Amino acid sequence: MSAKAFKQPPALRTFSSAFVIVWLVIAAFPFLWTLWGSFKIELDFFSKADWQNALTGARTFLEHGSPFTGDGYQGAWVQEEFWQAVINTAIVCFFTVAISLTFGTLGGYALSRSTYRYTFWLLIIALIFRAMPPITLVAGYLLPFFEWNLWGILPTTIIVLVAINQPFTLWMLHSFFQKIPKELDESAKVDGCTQFQAFRHVIIPVMWPGVITTGLFSFLLAYNDFAVTSMLLSKENQTMVPKIASFLGTTQTEGNVMFAVAAVVSATAPLFILVMFFQRQIVSGLTQGAVKG
Amino acid sequence: MKHKTFFWFILPTATAMLLFIALPIVSVVTQSLFTPHEQILKTVENCTPFNCTESTVVDLEATEKQRVEQPLGRWAGLSIYLDRGHLATTAIAEAWNTRTSLGNFVDRLGNLPFYRAMSFTLTYTFVVTPLLIVLGFVIAVAVNSLHRHLKGLVIFFSLLPMIVSPLIGSLVLFWMIDSRGVLGTGLQWLLSNPDLSLKASTELTWIMLIVYGVWHSAPFAFVVFYAGLQTLPQDTMESAMIDGATRWQQTKYVVIPHLMPLVTFVALIQLMDNFRVFEPIVGFNAEAHASSLSWFIFNDLGGETRLLSSASASSVLTIIGVAILLSPVLVRTWRDFNAKG
Repeated sequence: MSAKAFKQPPALRTFSSAFVIVWLVIAAFPFLWTLWGSFKIELDFFSKADWQNALTGARTFLEHGSPFTGDGYQGAWVQEEFWQAVINTAIVCFFTVAISLTFGTLGGYALSRSTYRYTFWLLIIALIFRAMPPITLVAGYLLPFFEWNLWGILPTTIIVLVAINQPFTLWMLHSFFQKIPKELDESAKVDGCTQFQAFRHVIIPVMWPGVITTGLFSFLLAYNDFAVTSMLLSKENQTMVPKIASFLGTTQTEGNVMFAVAAVVSATAPLFILVMFFQRQIVSGLTQGAVKG
Repeated sequence: MKHKTFFWFILPTATAMLLFIALPIVSVVTQSLFTPHEQILKTVENCTPFNCTESTVVDLEATEKQRVEQPLGRWAGLSIYLDRGHLATTAIAEAWNTRTSLGNFVDRLGNLPFYRAMSFTLTYTFVVTPLLIVLGFVIAVAVNSLHRHLKGLVIFFSLLPMIVSPLIGSLVLFWMIDSRGVLGTGLQWLLSNPDLSLKASTELTWIMLIVYGVWHSAPFAFVVFYAGLQTLPQDTMESAMIDGATRWQQTKYVVIPHLMPLVTFVALIQLMDNFRVFEPIVGFNAEAHASSLSWFIFNDLGGETRLLSSASASSVLTIIGVAILLSPVLVRTWRDFNAKG
């Protein structure tokens, strides 16, 4: 069968191309617009007089002698100390991903290799935990954390995020390890390895694609979390997302919305780069659970 | 794998989940049954050389003693669940008995905070989920027919709305639809209504949040369906074509049935995720017109007075809601597992 038969008629082809273009504009335009606008002053970003001001930066030019200004970034990073939030986010993400993956690979491997019935129940419990909105657990954390003086610090948040991450990590790595043939580690055991040695010398060298994919999603969860980080971190330990939310409370009244705009752009930039480099892994991770049906 | 080895492998993850998910649930349920102690008051007489006055002050010592003896507070039973802030049974009974019409009853139900949050959460969940599935499917079919060099680029940009934090995504849209922003101005011009503000009316706020929800989640459906289209059986497509099926018939009788398991998968995941809708309400500053169950809990927990009992009761009710939504998935997993043996 030639590819010709699958070819679309011109009208349909035009229509579907037009649709893709419209979707691309809907998906990408808001980000480009905000990126462009973050270098303007507020009167241009929210222009009552003429929307084109946001493009040309007419008022920014009047005020700064150039259509671009870094004032928003200066205000957010230096004046409001957004850099502190960036460092906090980096710490939280790094440790959350590292610990989640360590726990998750051990657990996921065990679940994929055990043939007893309790593995099923453990996975079901993990699924139930996965479905629960994290904010419903926060009321349970606050009292003991206050009591034991654990509230507000980064390690507490990291371990909570690790725990919230576990159900998802377990499911993902479990299905990944199931695809690695059992014969591989069984033959190692025949050769006299213990289960852990088999894991260490046979499984670890071949597990990296699955671990990287899972790690990406753990990272996104920690990076994007708002419910837990905003409730469990004190003001000076805030990560980026709650910090941006706190900008809205304080700066909107002062007329410094541009700080928040600059902060939003700064927080989105790493995600852009992440998608650019790991697009293939993200797509395969999203579809992994699905294609199994 | 032996039980003992299994135990050591699973120990770290099980401990983490037990300590930070299972125990907090127990703690939330317990807290929802207690309410904070009232302060113990005492009357003291203040005498000056001229006269004596009686005043009521808080007996700090006794209050503290009571707090130490019963740290959880007073036993409240189910009363927190039934109070006006939650299930509001009395208010509902009264509204039902004094209703003038069914519409009137529903209106009065909408004034109760918990029901207001629930109605938005359910509307959001059940409107956004089907819409995003349809949109995701159409994008997947359209992208699939593109030239292969373009596909990667389109997928890159399509992933963006999904990958950014919901709070950031909603802020980006919020600034654009502000009445001074580019979309807000555009809409005012389009509808020739210079006073139009999406933030001012409840209906428009709901629509705005739903549009955001579809924008945010459609990429997920798109990527899953797109992957499904790559495994489309070519033989079946060819036979359909030879039998004279039109393009529309091919889609309806071959493509859609092939993707059906994926539709179920996307629907289940998205029902769970949309039910926890929360960040957009903060981002769009929409508390006045729409509140969700998650936002309701967040609101109780934030601020100076942390209303732990009230937040716990809402949390338990939310968890029950999730359990109801999840039950079909659990039944399905159970059946799959038994089928596999």
